[in-house]
Amino acid sequence: MAEFEPKIIGFLCNWCTCAAADLAGTTRTQYPPNMHPIRVMCSGTVDPAYIIKALLSGADAVVVGGCHPGDCHYVSGNYKARRRIALLKTILETLGLDEKRVWARWISASEGPEFAQMVKEVTEETRKQGPNPLADNWEL
Amino acid sequence: MAISTVLNVADGKLRQTINAFLQDLLNKKIVEAILVPLAHPAGNNVVPGLVTDPESLKLADVLAPVLPVNSARIVSAITRLTPVSKKTAVVMKSCELRALIELVKLKQASLDNLILIGVDCPGAYSVKDYPRFAAESTSDDFVKTAWRGKEDPSLRAGCQICEYPVPLFADLTIGLVGVNLDNGLLLQANTEAGKEVLEKLGLTGNTDNEVAKEREAAVSQLLDEIKKKRQKFFDQTQKEIGGIENLSAVFGPCIQCHNCKTVCPVCYCRECFFDSPTFELEADRYLGLAKKKGTIRMPVDTLFFHLTRMTHMGTSCVGCGCCEESCPNGIPLLKIFQLTGDKVQKLFDYIPGRSLEDELPPTVFKEDELKWIGEK
Repeated sequence: MAEFEPKIIGFLCNWCTCAAADLAGTTRTQYPPNMHPIRVMCSGTVDPAYIIKALLSGADAVVVGGCHPGDCHYVSGNYKARRRIALLKTILETLGLDEKRVWARWISASEGPEFAQMVKEVTEETRKQGPNPLADNWEL
Repeated sequence: MAISTVLNVADGKLRQTINAFLQDLLNKKIVEAILVPLAHPAGNNVVPGLVTDPESLKLADVLAPVLPVNSARIVSAITRLTPVSKKTAVVMKSCELRALIELVKLKQASLDNLILIGVDCPGAYSVKDYPRFAAESTSDDFVKTAWRGKEDPSLRAGCQICEYPVPLFADLTIGLVGVNLDNGLLLQANTEAGKEVLEKLGLTGNTDNEVAKEREAAVSQLLDEIKKKRQKFFDQTQKEIGGIENLSAVFGPCIQCHNCKTVCPVCYCRECFFDSPTFELEADRYLGLAKKKGTIRMPVDTLFFHLTRMTHMGTSCVGCGCCEESCPNGIPLLKIFQLTGDKVQKLFDYIPGRSLEDELPPTVFKEDELKWIGEK
């Protein structure tokens, strides 16, 4: 059987993490192709609903990438994102669902290597966790 | 500082005493109208009514153990477009008051010119069970026996594990807990507006009231007991519903009527995301979804709906249990929403409906918190 290839959804902030992804690309830094990036204007725009939908649709992990705390282009979007992700992880954990599949990382525009390293880390961790079991249940 | 007085109860008739007090509010023009639970003429329900005619207050039954709707929704409907221009009293149970405070913070209700009258509440029966209760008992008998440590498994699910049976936020509180109800009711003014009402009624309240002190002690003991009971309940619920298999079973009977959302007092969006065009898909999109997973349940997004609701209103969930009451298929929604609600409320150290000053957790932040999110 072919090795399990994690499918990862990344909600990446336009101003920092997206720019870091660009930088990783233009500097030809190698990293796994498992993340499907979705550009959002701010990590603060990511409603927990998007993350839940991704997980229920079979994403093996979801990453929200934003500016470092204090550096948000919109002043406080990432602080609010942090609250929402904490809230979502708490609910998932309480319900016995795998909250470890939800990630957040603060990566600035200049941190191309850090972005590549983050994708590597998430991919490897998710590979260890195996496929998202929520994907198998048609009745949810 | 709260001041309080004892309303003398003639012949142990609580309902009449409270109704006479409410009638006084209208007769002495202290308020123009009162939103209050009224006995339905058919005797099978007690429904909120907006009363301007003092005569109608004969029907008032504020201690009746039934909660057909969370009246915070009604206050929101009345005050959302414009605040009331004339003094209006609203008589509410603790869960209704707490929901109202949340709605005010969500800018969907206004407290301007409202006098909030809270009532200690020992719990309520489902609307469908209420006629049976009403046929053989009265609200007076109910509250007189209810506080004596009796567990009543026929109460609504929300009431069984109610965290705050006493009002946390009210101008006036009608106190029952720890009060000898054969002698009187405690009437406590917690705010300036409440004190003004007592003065206008010619009731001389004081800050050094023995009955108030006894109630306070009884309330703190009651809340302690509830805390232990709730912890046990949460531990057990988590075992029952945790994990994909259990969750799948719990939401198996869901028909996606969205009643739970419609009746929820704190499901705050004027237009629900789940009613938006996002969920209007072309035929090929459905087929595409089915093809991707092999098979999908129709209507789609059952668990998605419930999980999203938890993340949206969990921090404001007051545990009134109207969601569970409204579910045609008996899904234990209150259990699940209280379990997750309790966890997220503790995460942000937030008690919904406690005060107008506590800010809604998803709308604010602290720079120095939640370091476990986003750091390597």
